[in-house]
Amino acid sequence: MKKRSLIPILYIAFLMLPIYWLVAMSFKTTNEILSGFSLFPQTFTLDNYITIFTDPTWYWGYINSITYVTLNTVLSVCVALPAAYAFSRYRFLGDKQLFFWLLTNRMAPAAVFALPFFQLYSSIHLFDTYLAVALAHTLFNVPLAVWILEGFMRGIPKELDETAYVDGYSFPRFFVTIFLPNIKAGVGVAAFFCFMFSWVEMLLAKTLTAVEAKPIAAVMTRTASSAGYELGLLAAAGTLTIIPGAIVIWFVRNYIARGFAMGRV
Amino acid sequence: MRTENQKAWFFVLPVLALVAFNALVPMMTVVNYSVQETFGNNQFFWEGLGWFEQILRSDRFQAALGRQFLFTFLILLIEVPLGIIVALSMPRKGFWVPVCLVLMALPMLIPWNVVGSMWNIFTLPKIGLMGYFLNDVLGINYDMTQQPLSAWITVITMDVWHWTSLVVLLCYAGLVSIPDAYYQAAKIDGASPWSVFRYIQLPKMKTVLTIAVLLRFMDSFNIYTEPFVLTGGGPGNSTTLLSIDLVKIALGQFDLGPAAAMSLIYFAITLLVSWLFYTLMTKDDAQ
Repeated sequence: MKKRSLIPILYIAFLMLPIYWLVAMSFKTTNEILSGFSLFPQTFTLDNYITIFTDPTWYWGYINSITYVTLNTVLSVCVALPAAYAFSRYRFLGDKQLFFWLLTNRMAPAAVFALPFFQLYSSIHLFDTYLAVALAHTLFNVPLAVWILEGFMRGIPKELDETAYVDGYSFPRFFVTIFLPNIKAGVGVAAFFCFMFSWVEMLLAKTLTAVEAKPIAAVMTRTASSAGYELGLLAAAGTLTIIPGAIVIWFVRNYIARGFAMGRV
Repeated sequence: MRTENQKAWFFVLPVLALVAFNALVPMMTVVNYSVQETFGNNQFFWEGLGWFEQILRSDRFQAALGRQFLFTFLILLIEVPLGIIVALSMPRKGFWVPVCLVLMALPMLIPWNVVGSMWNIFTLPKIGLMGYFLNDVLGINYDMTQQPLSAWITVITMDVWHWTSLVVLLCYAGLVSIPDAYYQAAKIDGASPWSVFRYIQLPKMKTVLTIAVLLRFMDSFNIYTEPFVLTGGGPGNSTTLLSIDLVKIALGQFDLGPAAAMSLIYFAITLLVSWLFYTLMTKDDAQ
């Protein structure tokens, strides 16, 4: 037993090393970083974090990112719920083809869509708004949310629906008061994945914004190129981007294994 | 069983509208560019399939495509077995399960450009932990800004670090769904660990493994941000994968025609290979 647990421990250590290095860097001064190697911060400093929390261009980057990610998550889950219900309960003309077509959008390279998206959202005057990024990210998040929710909904027996109708429930009332509570784990997992993929995606988010809705990634790259080589600041900004993900993952920790299997186990 | 009901289409309409808006309009824009030539001023000339021919014949595209296939092949070769091994050796229940899962999922929740920056900082010679360790402690000459081999090793290691957990979590989900009775039966029969794996665990993991291979294929084939931030495609062109090359042509040189043709070829290859994987891996179920 002891020997077997060595593999996960080594694997997790491998995962944690670069993260540790990023966090350690964020507490160092730029001078210390450039002067040579040190495993722990020698002159522990919070200056990098203070810069980020006092400079509006920095902290607005985080606010912008979180705003469009939240908007995208709500939007994706809301439109995916009825669609997933339809796919899990009914057969209709072209259902298989439609489901497959939705999934193909998950396969599209984001690089392919960068320029057309820029033109599309400029032409409808949404360029540089939260809505533009949130809408663009639905391209890959809505198919994923439909896929996950459909997997969870298929596990709910159809008798539940039929009993509710016999008891005189209307469809909307049944859906909200009976069905949703039964698949709340699925909704949580779907929301988690939408949050995750919208949070980590940067190519489209950067292409679709300029000033007003600029994501944290754009702030980071501009700092990296303009202000010389402020590695400490960059590391602190990077460390802060890990926190929202870590918080969200803690909430779904008990469903995460099944969630990654898209409800299909 | 699902019942036949055409009204279900109304439930699907919002999704259809949203995805169609995001997928069809840009796709038509790309198709439009791919068959035309422009000299600016919004004047376009019919070009037919010329761009497609030019792209398919160009050494640059073929080289990028070759690098892309090599990259994806190596990624699948390393991440899938490693993921299975880690999942098999994880505890099934107890306090450590959620801790392991959360820690393992952490790399996947870091924005992709931060992943690139993080590995950049990690691998800097003299300053970074890995760069210092390899160069100054082990005495290996490692510098990913100068040597293509170092750059490749770094990009591959970064992706293994970033995405192996996806395979682990998927396999783990498959493993915990196996009832204890199966293992007890195997024990009574005196089955070896290998036959337990081959005849109990592997079949149960099949669905999730299909998802894992498909997702890893698609995502590694479309990878852009992490290697771009880490190496910028260099040194030279040695780590210029397809997406990086495409963005260079489209947004760097603004050659819209060739970029659009390349986009369509790229997308078609992704679709084709995904479909091949899917058909091959689910062939046995259909019989």
